[in-house]
Amino acid sequence: MIIKRKPLNLAERLYLPAIIGGFKVTLRHLLKKKVTMQYPEEKWVVPEGYRGAPYLVKDQEGNTKCVSCQLCEFVCPPKAIKITPPGPAGQLADRANAEKMPKEFEINMLRCIFCGFCQEVCPEEAIFLQKDYSLTGTSRAEMIYNKEKLLALGGVHAGVQKWKHKADEAKEQESFPVKA
Amino acid sequence: MIESVNNWLNGLSDTQSLLLFTSIKAIGAFSVMMFMVAYTVVLERRLCAWIQDRIGPNRVGPFGLLQPAADGIKAFFKEEMTPAHVRKIFFTLAPMLALIPAILNLAVIPFGSTLGKQPMVLADLNVGILYTFGIVSLGVYSIVLAGYAANSKYPFLGGIRSTAQLISYEIAMGMSVIPIFLYVGNLNLSSVITAQTGTQLGVLPNWFALQNPMTFLAFCIFLVSAFAETNRTPFDLPEAEQELAGGYNVEYSAIKFAMFFMGEYANMILVSAMMVTLFFGGWTLPWFGLDQPATTPIGGVLHIGIFLGKVFLFLVMFVWIRWMWPRFRYDQLMDLGWRRFIPVALANILVTAVWLWWRSAQ
Amino acid sequence: MSAAPATEVKPAPPAIEKIKVKVDGREVEVPKLTPDWQGKLAPTTMLQACDIAKKDVPHYCYHPKLPVSGNCRMCLVEFGTPALGPDRKPVMNPDGTPKIAKSPRPAIGCATPISPGMEIYTSTPGVKQMREGVLESLLINHPLDCPICDQAGECKLQEYSVDYGQSASRFVEAKVHKPKAVDLGPRIMLDAERCILCTRCIRFTKDVAGDDALGIVNRGSYNTISTFPGLPFDNNYTLNTVDICPVGALTSKDFRFQMRVWFLKETKSVCTSCATGCNVLISSREEKVYRYTPRDNDAVNASWMCDAGRLNYKWIQREDRLKAVLVRGQKSTWTNALSEIAGKLKQAQVGSVAIIASARQSNEELWLLAKLKATFGAISDSIERTGDADKLLVSADKNPNTNGARLTGICFSEMGINLPKIADGIAKGKIKALIVFGEEVTKHGISAELLGKLDTLIVSDILPNATTAKAHYVLPGCAHAEKRGSFTNMKGRVQKFMQAVQPPGEARAEWDFLHDLVYNVTSKNGFLTIEGLFNEMAKDVPAFNGLTWAGLGDAGVTVKI
Repeated sequence: MIIKRKPLNLAERLYLPAIIGGFKVTLRHLLKKKVTMQYPEEKWVVPEGYRGAPYLVKDQEGNTKCVSCQLCEFVCPPKAIKITPPGPAGQLADRANAEKMPKEFEINMLRCIFCGFCQEVCPEEAIFLQKDYSLTGTSRAEMIYNKEKLLALGGVHAGVQKWKHKADEAKEQESFPVKA
Repeated sequence: MIESVNNWLNGLSDTQSLLLFTSIKAIGAFSVMMFMVAYTVVLERRLCAWIQDRIGPNRVGPFGLLQPAADGIKAFFKEEMTPAHVRKIFFTLAPMLALIPAILNLAVIPFGSTLGKQPMVLADLNVGILYTFGIVSLGVYSIVLAGYAANSKYPFLGGIRSTAQLISYEIAMGMSVIPIFLYVGNLNLSSVITAQTGTQLGVLPNWFALQNPMTFLAFCIFLVSAFAETNRTPFDLPEAEQELAGGYNVEYSAIKFAMFFMGEYANMILVSAMMVTLFFGGWTLPWFGLDQPATTPIGGVLHIGIFLGKVFLFLVMFVWIRWMWPRFRYDQLMDLGWRRFIPVALANILVTAVWLWWRSAQ
Repeated sequence: MSAAPATEVKPAPPAIEKIKVKVDGREVEVPKLTPDWQGKLAPTTMLQACDIAKKDVPHYCYHPKLPVSGNCRMCLVEFGTPALGPDRKPVMNPDGTPKIAKSPRPAIGCATPISPGMEIYTSTPGVKQMREGVLESLLINHPLDCPICDQAGECKLQEYSVDYGQSASRFVEAKVHKPKAVDLGPRIMLDAERCILCTRCIRFTKDVAGDDALGIVNRGSYNTISTFPGLPFDNNYTLNTVDICPVGALTSKDFRFQMRVWFLKETKSVCTSCATGCNVLISSREEKVYRYTPRDNDAVNASWMCDAGRLNYKWIQREDRLKAVLVRGQKSTWTNALSEIAGKLKQAQVGSVAIIASARQSNEELWLLAKLKATFGAISDSIERTGDADKLLVSADKNPNTNGARLTGICFSEMGINLPKIADGIAKGKIKALIVFGEEVTKHGISAELLGKLDTLIVSDILPNATTAKAHYVLPGCAHAEKRGSFTNMKGRVQKFMQAVQPPGEARAEWDFLHDLVYNVTSKNGFLTIEGLFNEMAKDVPAFNGLTWAGLGDAGVTVKI
């Protein structure tokens, strides 16, 4: 389609309406209330659902929720997560029945793009994108958060304790007449 | 104490006192100029922020007034990179050339009447305007050299654009002021100011910008050409960020980059001063007898203040327009220069000459 | 590949009659008889016919190398046979096609033989419903252990749940809980909850491994796999049960909680623990080998491998691997060392050089060494390794490439016969230079003192030992997982192996630097790739004539030995 350009009239060719229009707009904004936030003093109210830094959470009994299934490591687009599984002789999970937990869990916050895939994929509700957005460090090594740090920052997330539920259920069945 | 200084001054020979006072004036004018460069940057940033609903730099010192100092320290201490592929001599020369013409031109601008016995102009040349245009045309070398020496695409394109643009508009600019000198009768800038004293119709200043249609037209052409000469929006094609990633100064960093920056603002101040001198009566105000040379030191300071105030208003206009308008297309720019301004300026000279001849023949 | 091992020359088997069946409306010709798990001919089943027709039929308990038990019911399909009239003649449709009498009930594909004109339906709504039903039933008591289960990612139950499962369980009662993390044997861990009782493991140990160690105990919901009380599940083939377990009930203790399988890169390779040369997949991630699993090859190892070979990989990652080129104990570069060696060897007199190669090296490397041998008229040999054999896979010969060493001319039918001669030659000062590849010769009759007498001792090895300590030139070599090449197994099957991980430090594949060395010594150019090298060798070595690298394929080719 060919769009016909309307020829400019004399006033327009002198740019006068444009000058006046531009002047009006800029003057209006010049006198407007400013929107800048004085950042370190004034802080932003982080909205619900904000995707900040991903941290590991503990359950209401203070146990590690992560079972080292490594799905987050797999799904992580920038490969920011590195999990060291416990191995056959590793430490058992601090929750009965869950059998394993990570030996080490590292998130490279320099790589992390805060997409939230890890939270979405986690079958244990063990990792959540929280409200931290201002992550600083003085070296690259410092920006790789280890398991201890992630758990300390993550806090507690009370949820369904499925492993505990399973353990309780199994215990009830121990009194059943037929035994394994 | 003061008496002994006075005695010492009176004891100096004419040459010695000229040397002394000119040096003091030169240093003073240069300092004021650099101070204004620094604060024009602040003005630009604050005004731009306000127009964009922001606050602007307000952290360094009260109201952010020490921002230029911080910027300066940063520029000096930043790592200075000279890319391996550049032509080193020209690469270093270019930023210096950016600043020098503006400073040189300061010499002929009358920035006040008199202070004591001293005329407030460094060199009251009788060919002031020729000197000005001569020096101004040197300014293009900094950009051309920067673009050429950087030895990479974007600066080169910026340099080429700039050459064409500056040369084109220099012609229009030079022709636009000829009618003024036809009126004045000589090329001395102080005479231009003298020619603008008094009022017309009782209240209006007798400035060339308002005197008659021919001089007003001259002012319009000069104003637009001034924007083009200083690479300011809407004619900032040499450094069009979107197309050229910054233009001729892409390869520069640290203080060398800052010198281009300072050069741009110094040029802006200079062109503003020229416009004030040529079209807005320089240091004069037509009321309260302020259009006559000062007899008291307070009057002298007041005249300098008037001059700086007028320059300041022009600077505000320069800045404001940058945040108001989009950039011209290159062909539009060239079209405007060659096919509009130059013929109009030529016609203006002719009409003025004819009118002056007709008036004198009456 | 044909199933018959090519070593025994048999008369061509009688042609098997082909019959036509229809699978989902498409007519396919299938042999009437197919080799069963033991290789005996048995009537072809519907599942095999569907396989030929490229129609997937989900199954848990069926395994082509195990007797059919037909207990999981996942392979239920619908079928029909040509209808016969009262006169025992086929009834025809009006359009002339035979009328099909659809069976009123489905049948399991794995155990129902086909008959001429049969029609099999694998994608009807009924079949889909049956699969959904079977799956739901299996999932009733199956725990939601996927996050902590090593099988996740290669689990049949997961795969079929995606195809036929429901998003939520309809089961509201408590799941039956059974023992978890049961120590079944030294290498096997059992999670009874996850077991779907397909009995693949039981059939394998009883019928293939010949050790009737496993069984199902208890009744009904409490059915569980178990060993005899007090007897651990311990034979040399236990880890195969982990491979064939369709769920995560049997897991390897060695691989337990080591790495999730979806991260593992699988590289086709060959086991080097004995002369059988079982085909394996090396699973690795980020330059670390995590496990070996057997790779199907009917001509060598079917679907199995022994536990000893499977777990014999940890030395690849040992910290004390040789990583630097050493010239008289000082660090050097490959270029320096190789040119120095070439210079020394060029000056050597005929008969003053001896080569002791290893039958753990690849055919190509041995052939390059044989070229060096021919150049210097050198005396050469290799070192024999023997051990216990069994009836299934393990060979008494513990070298993976004994036949390669023989065919390339490094050693003779009796390996090690030249070693005393070499020792004698060194002692008498006749042999001045010795080239040792991958063997600790001080344990095989050439003492450290004798080595000290040599002018030049060139040793290439993977791990440090007494011989490398004495060497003037130490050239760090690669494990088979770090390079490419081929082995010739005890039956003469030439099989290639691929590179899974990068060699550590400066280590280089032996064929790579030997190629440089041979070029330096003989000034004859050759190929820079393993493909070219193999093809060149195949032209040169009579037994390998006609072979090409590409022609070896994944399963290898048998040559006459």
